[in-house]
Amino acid sequence: MTTPMTPGIVSGRLAADEISRNFDDLHAPYDAHEARVAADRCYFCHDAPCMTACPTSIDIPLFIRQIQTGTPEAAAKTILTQNILGGMCARVCPTETLCEEVCVREVAEGKPVTIGRLQRYATDTLMARQGHPFARAEATGKTVAVVGAGPAGLACAHRLAMKGHSVTLFEGRPKAGGLNEYGIASYKSTDDFAAREVAWLLEIGGITVETGKTLGDGLSLDGLKTDYDAVFLGVGLGGVNALRIDGEEAATAAVDFIAELRQSDDLTMLPVGRNVVVIGGGMTAVDAAVQSKLLGAESVTIAYRRSRDEMPASTFEQGLAAAKGVRLLFNVMPVAIGDGAITLEYTATQNGKLAGTGETMSLPADQVFKAIGQTLTTDGGLVIEDGKIAVTDTGRTSATGVWAGGDCASGGEDLTVTAVAEGRDAAEDIHAVLMGV
Amino acid sequence: MADLTSNFLGIKSPNPFWLASAPPTDKEYNVRRAYEAGWGGVVWKTLGSEGPPVVNVNGPRYGAIYGADRRLLGLNNIELITDRPLQTNLEEITRVKKDYPDRALVVSIMVPCDEESWKAILPLVEETGADGIELNFGCPHGMAERGMGSAVGQVPEYIQMVTEWCKKYYSKPVIVKLTPNITDIRNPARAAKAGGADAVSLINTINSITSVDLDLMAPQPTIGGKGSHGGYCGPAVKPIAMNMVAEIARDPQTHGLPISGIGGVTTWRDAAEFMALGAGNVQVCTAAMTYGFKVVQEMISGLSQWMDEKGYTSVDQFVGMATPNVTDWQYLDLNYVTKAKIDQDACIKCGRCYIACEDTSHQAILMSEDRVFEVNDSECVACNLCVDVCPVENCITMVELPKGEVDPRTGQTRGDYANWTTHLNNPSAQAAE
Ligand SMILES: Cc1cc2nc3c(=O)[nH]c(=O)nc-3n(C[C@H](O)[C@H](O)[C@H](O)COP(=O)(O)OP(=O)(O)OC[C@H]3O[C@@H](n4cnc5c(N)ncnc54)[C@H](O)[C@@H]3O)c2cc1C
Ligand SMILES: Cc1cc2nc3c(=O)[nH]c(=O)nc-3n(C[C@H](O)[C@H](O)[C@H](O)COP(=O)(O)O)c2cc1C
Ligand code: SF4
Ligand code: SF4
Ligand code: SF4
Repeated sequence: MTTPMTPGIVSGRLAADEISRNFDDLHAPYDAHEARVAADRCYFCHDAPCMTACPTSIDIPLFIRQIQTGTPEAAAKTILTQNILGGMCARVCPTETLCEEVCVREVAEGKPVTIGRLQRYATDTLMARQGHPFARAEATGKTVAVVGAGPAGLACAHRLAMKGHSVTLFEGRPKAGGLNEYGIASYKSTDDFAAREVAWLLEIGGITVETGKTLGDGLSLDGLKTDYDAVFLGVGLGGVNALRIDGEEAATAAVDFIAELRQSDDLTMLPVGRNVVVIGGGMTAVDAAVQSKLLGAESVTIAYRRSRDEMPASTFEQGLAAAKGVRLLFNVMPVAIGDGAITLEYTATQNGKLAGTGETMSLPADQVFKAIGQTLTTDGGLVIEDGKIAVTDTGRTSATGVWAGGDCASGGEDLTVTAVAEGRDAAEDIHAVLMGV
Repeated sequence: MADLTSNFLGIKSPNPFWLASAPPTDKEYNVRRAYEAGWGGVVWKTLGSEGPPVVNVNGPRYGAIYGADRRLLGLNNIELITDRPLQTNLEEITRVKKDYPDRALVVSIMVPCDEESWKAILPLVEETGADGIELNFGCPHGMAERGMGSAVGQVPEYIQMVTEWCKKYYSKPVIVKLTPNITDIRNPARAAKAGGADAVSLINTINSITSVDLDLMAPQPTIGGKGSHGGYCGPAVKPIAMNMVAEIARDPQTHGLPISGIGGVTTWRDAAEFMALGAGNVQVCTAAMTYGFKVVQEMISGLSQWMDEKGYTSVDQFVGMATPNVTDWQYLDLNYVTKAKIDQDACIKCGRCYIACEDTSHQAILMSEDRVFEVNDSECVACNLCVDVCPVENCITMVELPKGEVDPRTGQTRGDYANWTTHLNNPSAQAAE
């Protein structure tokens, strides 16, 4: 029988029921009473700091008050008006570094109003009880091509459709959703939520989804510019950074492992190593490590080249990894992979630069994941700034009639909620330009 | 531990916490449990005349108002007086009193407003050995439609008349329980005193509709699609009850008349407040109905801790101590000036004080770009709204302007005590000169 101790990369390390428990909702949804109690803690702040911290500027005190008064559907409308993927954001936002970080009750008592979970309660209630809450404006006759059906593209397409424009959403992958579908940790988006949310979003009408259509492979930016009144690029970051070390070919991109995991319909069939090492220090590294552990890997280590304080993963994410039994190693960088082991070299900052100290150590590793950042792969020949498509505040690129937003565009953190905000704002600008308002 | 022994009208009880006449005191079983839990006394659920007992509705009889986390703040009921035979109640009262001689046991009575009815029941009650009677002139629903309860309590002449009968046919203390469903509580209290009452107790419940079922379009509790107004009680009614207690305590005509304070008593502090305003003891109903009889343990420990801290050795020492400080508006010192002050270290920057003052008061709180909130003394009228809405206790305080200093709002120097009766703007003050 296969167990966590079985050597090599094998599937079925844990029994099916244990796996299904492991991949259950990270935070169980609130029931109506829990939601009212949690909502009661909100002070209905004036010019609320939480609202300022939300990249989509959701009116948080208002929606929480609407929950408190027993109208979660109205609360959901408040949320979705600003953020059409409010349901997903409620699950995946690192609230501990966004809205909840600045909640006055976090600052005062270290116990914020649980905004994310309340947001989920409201949006789940609406999605369960009502159809799509928005209606399209009268058709404008304008057409827009949106490339990439991730959060940025979906938010942009929805806002444009709502304004009465006719949208074609091109997506290279077989399914829409972007990283919501292929990237986000499984226990944050259970019960196929990503796909359900996309289907619900499309109920607005006026959006044609064309999957398997890739810009740069069959579609060209010039062609789209000719055929449509405007173009929006929300293509994300398709490539991954290389480790540039001996034995690199033995390492897998963490995002590919996660995508495979997310698409698997039987996680007992998904192979994972006995000893897993993840190189990196961001959300992707944490997600790959935690999910490896949840699949039954015996030992999982995150090897990050800088100190704990510098780790991009939030304290909450670090704590989650530690709680699931992942070991966090700091100030180490990989030098070689081979023979079921990885060699790491200690690092130190000298004269403001990070460098190896010469001292090394070796860890058993039958599976190595690299999670040291993603890169832009589709640039459409536009002006690039720090590896991303250069855009203005409203998402305008260097080419007239072409907008971009989300991870592929400059500015903002690489987060679902930021992508939604940028997609939405670009749509408003496109609308203004197309309608001459 | 302070001595909580209470002596109300000569009725002794180990503490001043009595259960009010209501479901908790409806029968022997409950009352024995209450005494075992530590209650100092009970007022037995109201008895009616001999004969077929009243009947209660068989649908819901309570409605509720909630605060955060379904904390019960107000309860409403459409229950009537006891629905058990008089004889059964009398036998039980006799037995219980015999077994608990150190506890207070007062019998609540409500019979029709004629001398015969009272003359008939009083000797029966006397025989039980109970310590006294309480006349239920308060029940606002059902019984009032039959000319009893608050229908009597709203007519001072009737109160006096019935009290006189009771003093005539009953030898022990007579407490008159007042209804708050009246415009000036002093009138029924004066009538009770005139009739020879040994004490008044108040308040009974307040006429109310707690909520409306918006699907059925009917008040709750709903009985077959209809509802009736009920009697409101619990924490929500405490401020109303305390004012009425104070009104009677400071009325020259009733000053000194013993008072049993009722209405929303839930903690030791509520009890201490009622007693400071002039109540000799307190009665409790909703708190027991919400949490069970054990709540009295907190009342006992809390009151004795507070008494120890303050150096009181008996409950009588603080009864009525706050009464002289309850006065009429016209006698308040108009030269007493305070200004709100925000403790910047305690402030959590929620902005509630700001928006409350800005939108609904005197635009006296300034908000900076980086969310620092400060009071502008030259606009602050000291209304206290910011203090009331601030979620942090003691974060905003009212600081007194010392005498002789200039109030930046009015530009006037704070002077000595002066009230409205002598104020320049008061037409009658001028006329008097
Ligand atoms: C493993 C992982 C975990 C994460 N966890 C979180 C989290 O918990 N919380 C959070 O807020 N953020 C998280 N993020 C970040 C978040 O997922 C992204 O910031 C967000 O998805 C960006 O949205 P986007 O629309 O810009 O890009 P994407 O979601 O990447 O979507 C881009 C879409 O464009 C398509 N596409 C790409 N190129 C082409 C082309 N040439 N032609 C047609 N289609 C194309 C892609 O297939 C994809 O569907 C995580 C990211 C990863 C990788
Ligand atoms: C269900 C219920 C029934 C009551 N029945 C009586 C009664 O029979 N006689 C009476 O004098 N008061 C009755 N009352 C009033 C209480 O004795 C008491 O005056 C009132 O509830 C206020 O006190 P509280 O706020 O502690 O509940 C009743 C109250 C309730 C809730
Ligand atoms: S979208 Fe994210 S950041 Fe904004 S309120 Fe919701 S959970 Fe917080
Ligand atoms: S900061 Fe916190 S308490 Fe204030 S409105 Fe936002 S969630 Fe509510
Ligand atoms: S209400 Fe209180 S806590 Fe809130 S900003 Fe004002 S002073 Fe500060």
